[in-house]
Amino acid sequence: MQELRYAKVGSVDDAVAALQEGGPTARVLAGGTDIIVQARARARDIDLLVDVKGIDEVMQLSFDADGGLTVGAATPCYQIYGDAAVREHYPALIDCTTLIGGTGIQGRASLGGNLCNSSPSGDSLPVMYVLEATAELAGPGGRRTVPAEDFCTGPGRNVMQPGEFLVSLHFPPPAPNSGAAFLRFIPRNEMDIAVVNAATQLRFDGDAVSWARVSIGATAPTPLLVPEAAAALVGRPLSDESIAAAAAASKAAARPIADMRGSIKQRKHLAAVYTQRTIAIAADRARG
Amino acid sequence: MSDKIIVSATINDEPTDMLVSQRDSLLEALRAAAGALGVKEGCNDGNCGACSVMLDGRLVNSCLVMAAEVEGSEITTVEGIADADHLHPLQQAFLEEAALQCGICTPGFLVAAKALLDENPDPSEHEIRYWLAGNLCRCTGYDKIVRAVQQAAAGTT
Repeated sequence: MQELRYAKVGSVDDAVAALQEGGPTARVLAGGTDIIVQARARARDIDLLVDVKGIDEVMQLSFDADGGLTVGAATPCYQIYGDAAVREHYPALIDCTTLIGGTGIQGRASLGGNLCNSSPSGDSLPVMYVLEATAELAGPGGRRTVPAEDFCTGPGRNVMQPGEFLVSLHFPPPAPNSGAAFLRFIPRNEMDIAVVNAATQLRFDGDAVSWARVSIGATAPTPLLVPEAAAALVGRPLSDESIAAAAAASKAAARPIADMRGSIKQRKHLAAVYTQRTIAIAADRARG
Repeated sequence: MSDKIIVSATINDEPTDMLVSQRDSLLEALRAAAGALGVKEGCNDGNCGACSVMLDGRLVNSCLVMAAEVEGSEITTVEGIADADHLHPLQQAFLEEAALQCGICTPGFLVAAKALLDENPDPSEHEIRYWLAGNLCRCTGYDKIVRAVQQAAAGTT
């Protein structure tokens, strides 16, 4: 039986030190819903789990109207969707946190873990992308901030360097007349990995869309921002034509694999459909 | 060198010391070191919910918690939901509605359903099905389980 050690740390500095000492076979333990399966199945070479849930900063959830929302990397989903400020200002975060796993998973799973797992199908990632979230990392060289959309570099791979770990995620305050939404396609109602998922944020100036971000997941080695979809929407009122153009842009940007969950053709089709649907919901939310 | 550690937690209101390996899951510790055999291993990767327990007031899959994490925590398993003389209303309703066949999923369903009713005493059918989505049953087809939860919520057991 391979040795697997557990260490609990109480500060960011202690976490960095433990990860440095542990080397490449040390991993951060947050909610554990991915890493415990990987560590115990020996799917990865892991011999040390560094539990960061004793660090206040990693477990925080705080909002203010000027500064926005800061979510600790290990703050569990149930706490996020139970928060009144998140419900009011970030409904797209409610969309994703309420359908990641079942209730028992949501009691532990975190946005930070979802990002660090860096799956192409991670359900909170398109939401982070369209909400312009940033990831705060701490490491041996101090702190740095990485835009969420620059974090993942491939399936299970990301920009984190040895000894670094994710402390928190920051979401800017929602702009006036803005709205965002997330949807996932799975062949059942709950408890499955996305065939395709998508998120959109829109801002309006009068009737015209003044700013947009569209993101699709499970369609490439990482979730994608689709600037061509956003460009099809900005500068004009929403219309069937502009929405269709955005949907076509997502379909064109998608470069999925075929696997047991879906074919390439189905995934490209779904990228268009879910872009269209998230635009409609985001627009409804923007108009209050 | 032994990697064994002692983890002290309150399990079903009883202070309990568990001698565990650092690689043990909470599921393994509850069964092997605390004798809570009502906690079942199904998939061991968070899909089936058979190992559902309450950890500091939250529903979790105990296969996805490290035993070493629960030092100082309060844990409730299916063994802790009845009082000394009476079944919990959910247990009674599962019997009356015949909401089980083989029974391996039942402890997890009971713990998860109790968590739901503690938070939402009058759930809709949709809310029940959504809340219990992380608990799999291959025998009943779920309808009887949903009816049992509804019956317990209505207080008719």
